[in-house]
Amino acid sequence: MSATDVYRAPALSPEGATVERHRRDLAARRRLYTIGGLAFLFLALCGSLWFANETNAGKFFDRLPYIADFFVELKPRDWFDPVRALFDLPSPYDDGSLKFDYPEGRVYLTQSIYIPEYFHRMIETLNIALFSTLVGSAFGFLLCFLAAGNITASRWLRFATRRFLEIVRAFPEIVIAGFFLAIFSLGPIPAILAVSIHTVGALGKMFFEVVENADMKPEEGLRAVGANWVERVWFGIVPQVLPNFMSYFLLRFEINVRASTILGAVGAGGIGETLRLSIGRGHEAKTIAIVFLLFCTIVAVDQFSAWLRHRLIGRQAFAYGRGE
Amino acid sequence: MNADAIDDIAARHPDAFRRSLWKRYATPIGILLCILYTFYCAWFFSVGAVLEKANWNLAGAYLADWVSYEIRPDIEFKDNHLTIDYSRFSKLGSNPDPDWVTKQMAVIERRVDAAPAPAIATNKSSQDSFMAPGAPTAENPAAAPGQSVPPAPEMVREKAVVAADVVFGNGRIAVTPNLVTVTRGTESVIFDIAKDSSVTPRTPLPDWIEQRRPGSTAYVSFGFLGRAEVQDDEVVAWRRFFGWANFVFDTNSPFWGKPFGEVASLIVSGARIDPSRSNAALAWDNVLNNAEWQHGDVWLKLLQTIVMAFVGTVLASIVAFPLAFLAARNVTPSWIANQVTKRFFDFQRSVDMLIWALFFTRGFGPGPLAGMSAIFFTDTGTLGKLYSEALENIDDKQREGIRSVGATPAMVQRYGVLPQVLPVFLSQSLYFWESNTRSATIIGAVGAGGIGLKLWEAMRTNTNWANVFYMVLLILLVVFIFDNISSYLRRKLMGSAANGNDERRARLLPAVQVA
Repeated sequence: MSATDVYRAPALSPEGATVERHRRDLAARRRLYTIGGLAFLFLALCGSLWFANETNAGKFFDRLPYIADFFVELKPRDWFDPVRALFDLPSPYDDGSLKFDYPEGRVYLTQSIYIPEYFHRMIETLNIALFSTLVGSAFGFLLCFLAAGNITASRWLRFATRRFLEIVRAFPEIVIAGFFLAIFSLGPIPAILAVSIHTVGALGKMFFEVVENADMKPEEGLRAVGANWVERVWFGIVPQVLPNFMSYFLLRFEINVRASTILGAVGAGGIGETLRLSIGRGHEAKTIAIVFLLFCTIVAVDQFSAWLRHRLIGRQAFAYGRGE
Repeated sequence: MNADAIDDIAARHPDAFRRSLWKRYATPIGILLCILYTFYCAWFFSVGAVLEKANWNLAGAYLADWVSYEIRPDIEFKDNHLTIDYSRFSKLGSNPDPDWVTKQMAVIERRVDAAPAPAIATNKSSQDSFMAPGAPTAENPAAAPGQSVPPAPEMVREKAVVAADVVFGNGRIAVTPNLVTVTRGTESVIFDIAKDSSVTPRTPLPDWIEQRRPGSTAYVSFGFLGRAEVQDDEVVAWRRFFGWANFVFDTNSPFWGKPFGEVASLIVSGARIDPSRSNAALAWDNVLNNAEWQHGDVWLKLLQTIVMAFVGTVLASIVAFPLAFLAARNVTPSWIANQVTKRFFDFQRSVDMLIWALFFTRGFGPGPLAGMSAIFFTDTGTLGKLYSEALENIDDKQREGIRSVGATPAMVQRYGVLPQVLPVFLSQSLYFWESNTRSATIIGAVGAGGIGLKLWEAMRTNTNWANVFYMVLLILLVVFIFDNISSYLRRKLMGSAANGNDERRARLLPAVQVA
């Protein structure tokens, strides 16, 4: 700061000079660390970018001029065509190919009422996400009490449960999905299993952290009147942690909607698969319809979940994307 | 306490004793809804039908494949001798002679076809490997396709296998040209083989042998140790071994099959195997290019995944940082700028990472550039939102203090705002770096580079489960290391705020910060 130019500080006492020198040393060291860290980060970033560019199929600067081509290719025949694709209305360009066969995918509920194909697929993806969040949270709920230090006295049980949750959480979803795909063949069940198993680990960890921060007084009261372990947990702990559990459940649901879309793209059904096929085959109108539907759904799910979380636990609840 | 006192308490706390219907029955209603939804899902995904069609035998075999491997000797019946053949890319190298297969040799007379023999007679096993069941054999050369004139057979005297014995731990299969004895524990079954027509057990079969029709192939199970099929023209055994075969050197390497000490001494002081380079360089090259495990490629792909997560998160943080100041309404007092930036963040976040990944894979071609761009675009939105929320929750006193001494707006941000939020920002970025390392694996499978695609390809062949497990272990290791680095750095940055003890910083952190 330039304050010293106008205001001359009085000479420091010897002790003060020592303190001042020490402060400067610390500040210099801190600056050195900051600059060193930034330099390291910069070098790592450059190295990584170079490596990524070298091992990529297309080079960054070669491909950059063509990056927008995809959007140009996406231009449909007319701007009402994506709407027809979205609602499975017959297209005037129908030439019998897969590109314009919009009414083909209709899912009829009765003779005349149908759900458009992409809505049905979206419902499938949402169901995968919701059901696996439900299954995952049910198991996570059971396990979290075993992992919490204030509820479970046995160190070994706690250790085993925590390591189990950790492994299950870090295990790549795609491997679980691929393994079950080999057993069940293509379909949504492998995705449900993969997402559920991952959710057990992720929610179990968050749940037990909530339980560990719970107020132990109700539990003590129940212990004093002779309640057993299950009663103490059910009447002493669960009522306080349930709002937080619900909030985490909703957060996880948001994440799982995205996860099940991605798993869908690698063969586990739902809208992800439809999107990948449509992009791969170059069906512009269909791609636009699916991307639009997916975008709206994710926005809707996020908004709904945020609103519900605000109602459940007030303004603590604003974070998205926490906790894998 | 008498009845009056109880009534009195009940009258004073009506909310505790006469709760609304919804409050009283919320738990059972919730559980009931969950159960109903489960039934709906079971119907929607037709779970019953899928479970019925599932191939549970495969599940066990695939799981066993993760940590073990099979070797398949194929013992064919000839008129008066046997031929033993191993699959072409056997894990035992080009000339297998394992000690769990014992052979009895004797001099026999056999007929050979004169014409095709010279070309392949030098390698007996490769000659026999052409003879799949039903293919032309020496006994019925007329069946050979494209052979209009059957060459005249001639007699040859040579040494050949007349009996073979395959040992499976406590079980064994003894094979002679017309008799197969299968033993497991104390039970033993003898099969009479009528060549090319039937397999007949002499005694009733125990439950570990299955024969679907009389005279057809018998399926023998030795549990984890392996299985075998006794057919009317051959015995095929699958012997399972625990561990990963040829993990360091593959069968083509000059170091293959040598004990560790010998390899070490070769590398340190042995004569050059390949005159153009040292033994250490050769060994390292052999490890990297191991044909079965592809270490070099796997490590490269893993590094790509790490790089994708790292670059994606760093670039997203760099871009989100200035935008977050624009989006925070207490920093930038313009409603339009706030709203535009916030809606931009929402857009980035809500276009799924999958869509970005598919789009950039089209743009850049498969590889890490596509994956890192997808992570960058998605996380710019997420980090921007989190950053701007942290900014909106800062303590205003420090800003006022800086402003009151006449600092410029930039100085106010630098000294009044940044010290409060920087640890939070860094902590958020670290957290996303760590979680992106995980999600980069999945993104890779749709073509966006990294180990995901390699994993997916290995899984789709259904034969490389050991490789899949190897890659999974590597991923778990990387995730574990990064988790620890990230949570260590975050603890350093946040002090005890991550645990909610430091009020000042905990206020800025989202409640759901997971350490």
